[in-house]
Amino acid sequence: MSATRTGNASVLSHALKDALIAAIVAFGLFMLLLGFLTDDSRGPLRLLSRPVLLATTVGIVFVGRFLISLLYYNAAALRYYLGELWTAICNFAREFKIALLVVLLLIGGGWIFFSPKDWPLILITVATILIGVRFGFSAALLVFAALFPVAFYNNPYFLGIAIIILTYVMLGWGLNIVVGLAGLLDLGYVAFYAVGAYSYAIIAQAYGWSFWVCLPLAGLFAAFFGILLGFPVLRLRGDYLAIVTLAFGEIVRIVLLNWVSFTNGPNGIGSIPRASFFGIPFNATDEGFAAKFGLEFDPTHRTVFLFYVILALALITNWVTIRLRKLPVGRAWEALREDEIAVRSLGINPTNTKLTAFAIGAMFGGFAGAFFATRQGFISPDSFTFPESALILAIVVLGGMGSQIGVAIAATVMTASFELFREFEQFRLVIFGFAMVGIMVWRPRGLVSTREPTAYLKERKTISVEHVAEGRG
Amino acid sequence: MEYFLQQSINGFALGSIYGLVAIGYTMVYGIIGMINFAHGDIFMVGTFIALIAFLILVAIGITAIPLALFLMLLIAMLLTSLYGWAVERIAYRPLRGSFRLAPLISAIGMSIVLQNYVQLAQGARVKTLQPLITGTHTVLDLGNRFVVQISNIQILIVLTTLALMTGFTWIISSTSLGRDMRACEQDLKMAALLGVDTNRTISLTFLIGAALASVAGMMYLLYYGVIDFHIGFVAGVKAFTAAVLGGIGSLPGAMLGGLLIGLIETYWSAYFSVQYKDVAAFSILIVVLIFMPTGILGRPEVEKV
Repeated sequence: MSATRTGNASVLSHALKDALIAAIVAFGLFMLLLGFLTDDSRGPLRLLSRPVLLATTVGIVFVGRFLISLLYYNAAALRYYLGELWTAICNFAREFKIALLVVLLLIGGGWIFFSPKDWPLILITVATILIGVRFGFSAALLVFAALFPVAFYNNPYFLGIAIIILTYVMLGWGLNIVVGLAGLLDLGYVAFYAVGAYSYAIIAQAYGWSFWVCLPLAGLFAAFFGILLGFPVLRLRGDYLAIVTLAFGEIVRIVLLNWVSFTNGPNGIGSIPRASFFGIPFNATDEGFAAKFGLEFDPTHRTVFLFYVILALALITNWVTIRLRKLPVGRAWEALREDEIAVRSLGINPTNTKLTAFAIGAMFGGFAGAFFATRQGFISPDSFTFPESALILAIVVLGGMGSQIGVAIAATVMTASFELFREFEQFRLVIFGFAMVGIMVWRPRGLVSTREPTAYLKERKTISVEHVAEGRG
Repeated sequence: MEYFLQQSINGFALGSIYGLVAIGYTMVYGIIGMINFAHGDIFMVGTFIALIAFLILVAIGITAIPLALFLMLLIAMLLTSLYGWAVERIAYRPLRGSFRLAPLISAIGMSIVLQNYVQLAQGARVKTLQPLITGTHTVLDLGNRFVVQISNIQILIVLTTLALMTGFTWIISSTSLGRDMRACEQDLKMAALLGVDTNRTISLTFLIGAALASVAGMMYLLYYGVIDFHIGFVAGVKAFTAAVLGGIGSLPGAMLGGLLIGLIETYWSAYFSVQYKDVAAFSILIVVLIFMPTGILGRPEVEKV
């Protein structure tokens, strides 16, 4: 159906017809599941009918579909305009200086307006803007992250969220090595996260070693698991590999759940040793951090410290990834993603190459896991379920597979919105699922879809979506 | 011996359910080469639709069990297949020709949507239905302490599965739709060139797959009587394992794989440990994919440049 349709009556009737069909389908879909509620709160199962809910939902579908159809038939160019709009938004974002200025001025201005005492924030805003104007968006983001605890020192809630966000940024970057660079869909990434967390918890409790000794060990264990899993399965094709990693993730979780003598089963491991400031604990004693540095004891010290630890870990992940992309192995990953057969015919061993990506990705997952364990102080298999894997994958997918900054933005947006809409637990997950579908349908390369090539002739050019033909091989 | 026989009967009934779900995976994979990750959740939606349909039937006074079951089956098949169709229309059709992993990621998104939608609509609590079909028959009684029994519901499950399989095989082998489906399975592009409406065929494939899953869902509901929004995930992975074990793309293979998975899982639970029964199924999946990726009845896949 194209734009050749003319005449208001025909447009209207077509839109009505579409809307009616959509409403009938919606009625069929929602008739039982939304129209009725199975309730067992009082005795045996009984039915409560919810006609209003059903009617509202079907009505929304009808109106929504009607409007969409109306727009569609009226303006065949709608798609074009939407595309234009998107390009304009992208261009605007690319003109980071203006965007950054406006956004930060708004945030900063608003904040100062409401609470003038927050001078550190003003400072940060100014610093960020200056850095952003001079060195670009990424640098500005980095400065903002680095100065974040200074601004929000009095707001442990914000600091807590920032730590969670950074954990997911790190996990996203770790998985990005596997999914974004090597093109291997890993649905069991959370298994490595779990291995890291449990190995830290168990080693730290059994031997009393400090966080800084256990952290590399946790990463090593996770990498070892990555190799263990990867070695047999990496010769599988894309979607088979995805399912196998999913199965592996579930196996790890079930083992954690049932191996009670080792992992304490569903009750989890509690009172995991906290990270210390290179040997100096964060407590109120004379040996504590506050006393040693002549400060007044404040539990926020630990939070700030944890913030910088995870920031450093995430940045290391990022830095290693960027460096690796310039090494032969990184180039081989990306080549493998684009065309496995070509890579094989050039004499690169695909299994070994994939294995390195898998192991390195797993290692960063393990680091993040160890950090998670020390931050929480308590871990149980509930934290390492498949939806967690799906969330990390969604961060990578939504951010644009292979794009570091995209992954960071996606992690921030997702985690922050998850925090904001905490009351709407299931709604947000439904929307999150639809977002995954929508991104695949409309922007399969993710929100940040341009790529900086690592190898180039004479000058560096960004590559637009059309030229990045991922996974055709 | 009696114990083994009893477990075999139980495993057979469970395996029939897995087999019905596995057909949905194998058909979709055969035709468009994607893993319909949301299929397990379609199965779960089927259990819920069957449950609500039954409660409505009781509420409007249809209490004769055979009639109620029949109507329940019809409603469940009809409405669940609508879900199968809608999922294909929304999440997979726009992705034809996209890069390889796109439909899988989209399917994961759809699976999350379905799970949380059902949780939102029906609550997170476990729903329990009292057994509708009771009664058992003694199969073997050697006078030991253990008597081998087969229950009516197990007979019903196996008979329904047999009937559906017969009907389904007939559709595939003797109707024009079946011919279209086989043509699409062999070569989607060529089939389109020869005048097969591929979009319609694919839609119908999803529809049939969902209908079979809904029957499996209803059997699951009648057999176990306990459902929640979460059962689709594990059941889906197991049914997929069944499809892979039988040889993905092969319909008899899916049924065979389903029965094998059902039997293996039951024996494992009976002789080793119930806690690790999911590990058994997942390990089979891994082992089969690594060592026997074509499955028992599948054809080897030739990699094309």
